[in-house]
Formats: sequence, structure tokens, C-alpha cells
Amino acid sequence: MENIQTPEYAIETKNLFIFYGSFPAVSEVNMRIEKQKVTAIIGPSGCGKSTLLRAFNRMNDFVPSSYVTGEILLQGQNLYGKDIDPVEVRRKIGMVFQKPNPFPKSIYENISWGAKINGFKGNMDELVEQSLRGAALWEEVKDKLKKSAYELSGGQQQRLCIARTIAIQPEIILMDEPASALDPISTLRIEELMQELKQNYTIIIVTHNMQQAARVSDYTAMMMLEKDGSRSGTVIEFSETKKIFTNPKDKRTEDYVTGRFG
Amino acid sequence: MNPNRDHYPKGEALHRSLSRRYRSASIWQTLFFSALVIAILSLAALLYNVVDGAFGYVAFEYKNDPSEFTSKALDDLNKQELLDILTTNLSSGAFKKLDNEKAMEKRSKSDLYTLVLERLIQIDTKQTWSMTDSIFRSSEIKAEVAKKYPDAKLEFRSWLTPVFLTTPMSSKAEFAGVRTAILGSLWMVGIAILFALPIGTGAAIYLQEYASKNFLNRVIQTNINNLAGVPSIVYGMLGLAIFVRALEPFTSGSMFGVTDSNGRTILSAGLTMGTLVLPLIIINAQEAIKAVPDSLRQAAFGVGATRWQTVWHHVLPNALPGILTGSILAVSRAIGETAPLIVVGASTFISLDPEGPFSKFTALPIQIYQWTTRAQSEFHSIAASAIIVLLILLLSLNATAVLLRNRVQRKY
Amino acid sequence: MKQENTIMENKIFRPLDLKKKMRPAESIIQSLLFISGVLSIFITVAIVYELGKEALLFFNNPDVTFAKFFGTTQWQPGIGLFGIWPLVTSTLVTSFIAMFVSLPLGLAAALFLSEYASPKARSALKPILEILAGIPTVVYGYFALLFMTPLLQKIFGDGVEVYNMLSAGIVMGIMILPLISSMSEDALSAVPRALREGAYAMGATKFETSIQVVLPAALSGIGAALIIGISRAVGETMIVAVAAGSGPNFTFNPFKAAETMTGHIARISGGDLSYNSIDYNSLFAIALMLFLVTLVLNLISQGIINRFRQRYE
Repeated sequence: MENIQTPEYAIETKNLFIFYGSFPAVSEVNMRIEKQKVTAIIGPSGCGKSTLLRAFNRMNDFVPSSYVTGEILLQGQNLYGKDIDPVEVRRKIGMVFQKPNPFPKSIYENISWGAKINGFKGNMDELVEQSLRGAALWEEVKDKLKKSAYELSGGQQQRLCIARTIAIQPEIILMDEPASALDPISTLRIEELMQELKQNYTIIIVTHNMQQAARVSDYTAMMMLEKDGSRSGTVIEFSETKKIFTNPKDKRTEDYVTGRFG
Repeated sequence: MNPNRDHYPKGEALHRSLSRRYRSASIWQTLFFSALVIAILSLAALLYNVVDGAFGYVAFEYKNDPSEFTSKALDDLNKQELLDILTTNLSSGAFKKLDNEKAMEKRSKSDLYTLVLERLIQIDTKQTWSMTDSIFRSSEIKAEVAKKYPDAKLEFRSWLTPVFLTTPMSSKAEFAGVRTAILGSLWMVGIAILFALPIGTGAAIYLQEYASKNFLNRVIQTNINNLAGVPSIVYGMLGLAIFVRALEPFTSGSMFGVTDSNGRTILSAGLTMGTLVLPLIIINAQEAIKAVPDSLRQAAFGVGATRWQTVWHHVLPNALPGILTGSILAVSRAIGETAPLIVVGASTFISLDPEGPFSKFTALPIQIYQWTTRAQSEFHSIAASAIIVLLILLLSLNATAVLLRNRVQRKY
Repeated sequence: MKQENTIMENKIFRPLDLKKKMRPAESIIQSLLFISGVLSIFITVAIVYELGKEALLFFNNPDVTFAKFFGTTQWQPGIGLFGIWPLVTSTLVTSFIAMFVSLPLGLAAALFLSEYASPKARSALKPILEILAGIPTVVYGYFALLFMTPLLQKIFGDGVEVYNMLSAGIVMGIMILPLISSMSEDALSAVPRALREGAYAMGATKFETSIQVVLPAALSGIGAALIIGISRAVGETMIVAVAAGSGPNFTFNPFKAAETMTGHIARISGGDLSYNSIDYNSLFAIALMLFLVTLVLNLISQGIINRFRQRYE
């Protein structure tokens, strides 16, 4: 069923609107996100970047009044289709949050927990080691796997969160300003890590930091509030990162990336 | 690409494992919900149990046949005829005593009727039945009564009547009421609030508006939180040692020339109860004061007000509904408390209304306790009726508190 | 009004004076407020002093020895029997039954309310728990004696005495349930949303999230609820006074009647008790034990809650 035809894109949105009550927080987004690339979503604060990102793994389901129109397609299936289980969606599309949020458990359990609930059958020790290596954390924590995750530094905690996400082997990893709560050195390590991860995963990252977007991403989506003053955000330009930063089509993008805006 | 992906269930297996996870989740969720169902059922059972006891069939006999006193049917007698019966049949001492309590001529017809029943004919309750039994086993009960007590009358009675509310205590369940108990409760709660509300509010103002974060104030705060958790019977012991015993000259009123009394008075009970609710009042008042926005204080300080002016003119008026809500909740706690009153010595049999803080007293929960622990089922019936009175009282107090709280919430 | 005017005038027309001024009214008020605050400490001191003083008289009685107090199992101070155990064991048995009922039920109710119930269902269900919490304990006593005991007799047969610890314990559990549930709910809802989101993002179901992530994170708060619950059960008087039995009885059989510490105080002090008797003193010794036990439990619980609060702030 899976590999009859390999779709070109990791994920695709068609005429996507995201509502909070009757208010469209994000309107009319049409994007095709390439496999095994890093796609950055940038834009001024309050323009719906996080809302859009959270739509990709149905985290907005927990906001009581929110709903979505249009489609988000993962391998041809609409994530918001009637027979789609949000739990399965999140299993395939992992997420790393703005603030590191390890579980109040040991380092080892932080990684093994997700694997266990998802029915992992292999060797758990191996998986933990692989995932920690994958998140470039193994060398720092291999001697204290039984210690509480809360004993790690903020940067280490965030890499632990990345490690637990790759342990369940998702197709796509969403990152919501993953370095905004970290110091510059930790930020650099996360950025390096993303370059390694994209060999295996598709990464979508929301960032405030334009330099970061320029450094890490292959594609960039520029979001902005719509001109009509409706306070609804939309993607005004989406293309290769190089183009966005050197030769943007939209005047507003140019203003923003050159710092003349916001 | 990555070998681990093979270790996770796929396709059909994934679906099966997921539906298994969902199934166990929904079983547990049902279990969690059933805890609430049990809570609801318990509450329903409790209320049902009380109502069930307060109404139902009673089989009773007259100790002395009414025909010994009158040729008419009892219900047909008018006031004068009832009075005549009492005058001729009561001993002159007993008649005088009743006349002293309230002049016989001034008493109502139903009052006299009750006296005739209570003093002369005298009711002997044989058996009572619960409401459910009375409704569903009516014919069986009638047959049973006919067999066991051939002379007895069977009547469906509401033990909770207006008369029950206005009659004083009596040693006969059929003629007992909660008038003295209600008045005792009101006196006691009134004294408790008079004592605890000003002090509690003052302490709350001190802790929220004046206290710096030093050791002493931290001790005070911790201490108040702990006092709120001290068992109520310990407050009773404190009241017994201090208010009843050590301060007897004050609480018995002998300092003020009241004689014929010991320290087991309404005043002792009220002060004990005031001590008990004090921590509650402080904690609630602190919450209310905390809820007043800081901008208001800054605005007052900004125009040169002193701290007390700020508190008195701005903080307190805004915190007042919250403080009152807290006090009402404290009142309802005090009205239902029983154990400390037993310890400080509530009297169980009082037929006279309390006259002031130095009277002996009884209270509603004390009566409920006394009647519940009696062996005869007619006392359980009046205990149930008294519980209904108490619950209605508490319900209306809490409803007032909720209304007040909602008004406050709308404000900010 | 008049006075304020003069103050105004002074300020305006006198040369600028920013030195501290005496405000006698302010100081008096402040001292009154301070006294109100300190009064609570006096209450605690008075409790400790009064209970301690009388308890000391009890223990100083030549007939009372520690060996008798902790080494024998009959309590009847009037005739020289000073073994505290029957009162302690019945307190333990009723409290244990109460916690056995209220902890699982209260926790389950809290989990449902905080993790599953819609806001609408929550606002419909919570008042029911609040009503349960507001019912006076003497009413629970009536319920235990006249509903629960007959019910237990129907289920377990004649082995259940008219007064028994099981009935009192179960009803006490129902009484404590709302406390456990509301404290546990507070603890559960204090768990940051980020943790739940982290679990959801790993493909966890709502149930897995609430049981395996939220519940362990709230465990210390739930522990605090458990301890407060025990303290409430140990100190509860009316239910046991009505339904558990009158008369000390050294037994662990929940079907039997046995008087608890609180029930004993209520029964003895309710009668005609003369001051300066060994009975009178002994009650204070029991009350002191009660006070100390509940104080320690409350302090532990508060300590847990304070630490728990700091962790997520």
C-alpha cells in the first residue's frame, strides 16, 4: 500500500484555513513541502506561524473552538479527513516545542516511553542509544541514563526532546521555535543537528530569527497578516530560502528580511 | 533508511494495536466516571434516606381514651371546650405552671389541642414506617397493625410540619420541635461571627497589606493554615478549658450579676465556634483582598494617601463582597458543627427559648445527634425532619454566597 | 471634612516639609491589625498549653505509667485501666477504611474532571461534590447508622453489629471524597500544558497522556491530598460517635463496634464530667495526641504542596 507511487512532496496543503471560533487565524495557505529538506516559516509575531505548524500534527485539536477547512495531505491522505485518527497523525509527524518539555521521568524513560506506547518491538537499549546519538546527546548522558531529565541543561533537554521524537521514527519533525529559549551555543548545536536530521526526516521549523532561517533552511515560507486588516495571517511568499533572502518577489517580504518592517 | 522503523507495527497491526489502546482507555474512562456516579448515588442515597425517615405511617394508641374527657370527637371541640377539659383534668400545679409560661386564655386552639393530647390523652407510638414502605407496602402495614396492635390508629404523617419548627423541645417525639435548637444555633453563630469577623478581617488586612516577608509573618501564615486543619473536637477541648472553665466568671455572666449559671453557656459556645471559624475567615478574606488589583492601591498611594486610607477607602470596599462570601461559608460551617458543642456542654433538653448570651443552650445539630442516637424509631423521624431543616438552612446560606461570588466575578 | 481641610491648607501654605510625621491614628490601627494577626498564634499556644497542662496532670498521676499506657489494651480511666490501644486501633481501622474508599474514588473523579470532562459536564458535576463537602458530619452520622449499617447487614449478614467501624469508615470515606478529588484536581491541572502537548506529539492517546505523564507529574500533590485526607479522618468525630460504637474495644474486625479517640472524647465530655477527675484529664491527653498527629500530617502536606508549587513556577 505504501510504496506504489512515491509522492513528490512530504506534505501538501490545499486552500487551508484555520479558524478560532468564527475568526480565521490563518487563511488560504497552499504549500508543497519537499521531502528531506528543512522548510522554515518566518514572519512577524502574531501572524499565525505556530497555528499553521500545529495544524500539521493536529495539535490545534486541543483548542476547543478551533477547526480547519481545506486539506493537508500526507502521502495523499487528508489529515483532517473524517476517518483519520489524530493519534496516528502525531505518531507520523513529531513535534519539538518552543520550551524544552521533557517528562518528569529518567532520561532513558523519556525516550523509551513513546516507543513503548507505540508498540515498539525491537531492542529498547539500542533504540535509546541510537536516538540519543541521533540527537548528539549520547556522549553527554550515557553515564546517567537513569537520572531525571530535569537535571539536564536547557539545551540538553531540548536535544532530549528531539531524541525522543526521532525514537518513534516519524516522517516529519515540526519544530516550533526550538532554540528561542536557549543560549547561543546550544542554539548552534540544535542548528547543526537539523542539518544531520534532514538526511532522514523532513523538517518544518517556525522561527523568529531570520538569520536562523537563512542558515538552516532550504525553503522558506513568509507569513504576514493580510493587508485588509482582518488580523488573519497567510503565506505571502514561499520559495527557496536563497530567493527569499536575495531576490524576494513580494515587497513586504523584502521589507521584512531587510529589517525595514516590524 | 533506518532499521528501527521496522520495529513499529504497520498497517493492519498498527490498527489493531491502536484499537486495543483505545479500548483500554475507554474502559478506564468509564471507571473514572463511575467514581463520580458513586458520589452522585451517595448523595442521592443520603438525601433519600433523610426524606424517607421524615414521612411515613405511624401506628399509635391513646393511653387514656378520649371518651374519659369528652363525649364529642376530639377534632370537633372548640377552644373553650378544650380549655375546660384542661382545667378540670390537669392538676392545679401543672395548670399554673403552663399558665405562667403563657396565659391559657391567650393560647391558640391548636396549642390547647396539643396540650390535651400531650398531657391528658397521651400518645403511645407503637411503630413507625419509612416513606417508601408506607407507599409500597401500605396494605401489608395495615394488616400488620390490625393484627399486632388492634387498638392502634394508623396515620400517614409528615413529621416535618410548621408546628415542628415553632415548638420547643419535648421528651415525647410526637410533640418535640426545633424552636429552641434553631434559636440556640442562631445565637451561637451570631456571637461566633461578631467575634471572628472583625478579628479575621483585621488579620487578613495585616497579612496582605502590612506584613513584610519576615520570619514572624511567615510563622503567622503557616500557623493559620494549620489551624484550619485542626480537628473541630480539639477546638471543643480548648473551649472547655478556656471559655467554660478558666473564664467562667465572664462566660457564665456571674461577673455581670447573672446567677444560677455555670460556664456552659451560649457565650462559651459562640466564642469556641468563633475560634474554630477564625482561620477560615482569615484565609477567605486574604483571597478577597488579594483579588483587588494592585493598580487601585498604586492609584491611591499616587495621590498621597496613607496605607490605612488606601485600605479603608479602596481595598476594603472592593474586597467586601468576597469577605462576606467567606463569612457566609464560615457561618454555614459553624451551623453544622456538632462535636465542639458537645464538648463545651450543650444541654440536650431545653424547653425554654434562650434569653441571652448567658443562657444554657442547645443547637440544631445537637438535637439531630441526640435524636439519632435514641433507640426509638419515632426519634429517628424527628431527627430526619431536623436534618431537612438544617440542610435547607445551609442551602439557602450557600446560595446567597454563590450569588455574592458571581456578582464579584462580574466586576473585574 | 473639617480636619482634612486644615491638612490641605497646611500643606499648601507652609514651606515644603517632607520629614516623617507622626500619624498616631495610623499607628494605632496598624497595631490593632497586628494584634489580630498574632492572635492566631495565641490560639495555637493556648491549644498546646491547655491540652499539655491537663495531659501532664494525667501522666503525672501515679497510677498512669507509660508501660500501662502503651502496653495494655483496656481503656477505662475511672477504674484504673489506662491502655490507649483500643482507642488508637479503632481510629486506625475507621481511617484506613475511609481512605480505602476515598482515595481511589477521589482520584478517579479528579482524573475524569480534569482530563476528560467537557467544561459543561464539569460545571454540572463539580457542584455535586461541593454539596457532599458541605453536608454537616452529624448528617453523615445519621446516614451511616440508618442507611449504611442496614445495607451492610443485608450484604454481610448478622455478623455486622448495629454499631460497627465499617459503616462509619465507608461513610467517612464518602465525606472525604470531595476533599481528595478537589485537591487532586488542583494538582493535576497544575501540571503544565507543555508536558501534555509533549506526550500528544509523541502519538500518545489522551488516556496514556493522563495516566503515564500527567498523573506521575502530579503525584506529590496527590500525596498531599492523601495526607490531608488521613488527618481529616483521624479528627472526624460525629460519624464515628453516632455509628462506630460507644465503648472502647480492642479489635481489628470492622464488623464490630469500637470507640475511636474522637468518639470517646465526645461521649465522655457529653456527660456530667467533673473537673480535676482522672477522666477529665485523660480526655485532654487524647486530644493532645489527636492535635499532634493532625498537626504533623498537615505540616507535611503543606510542605509537599509548597515544594510542588515551586517546581512548576
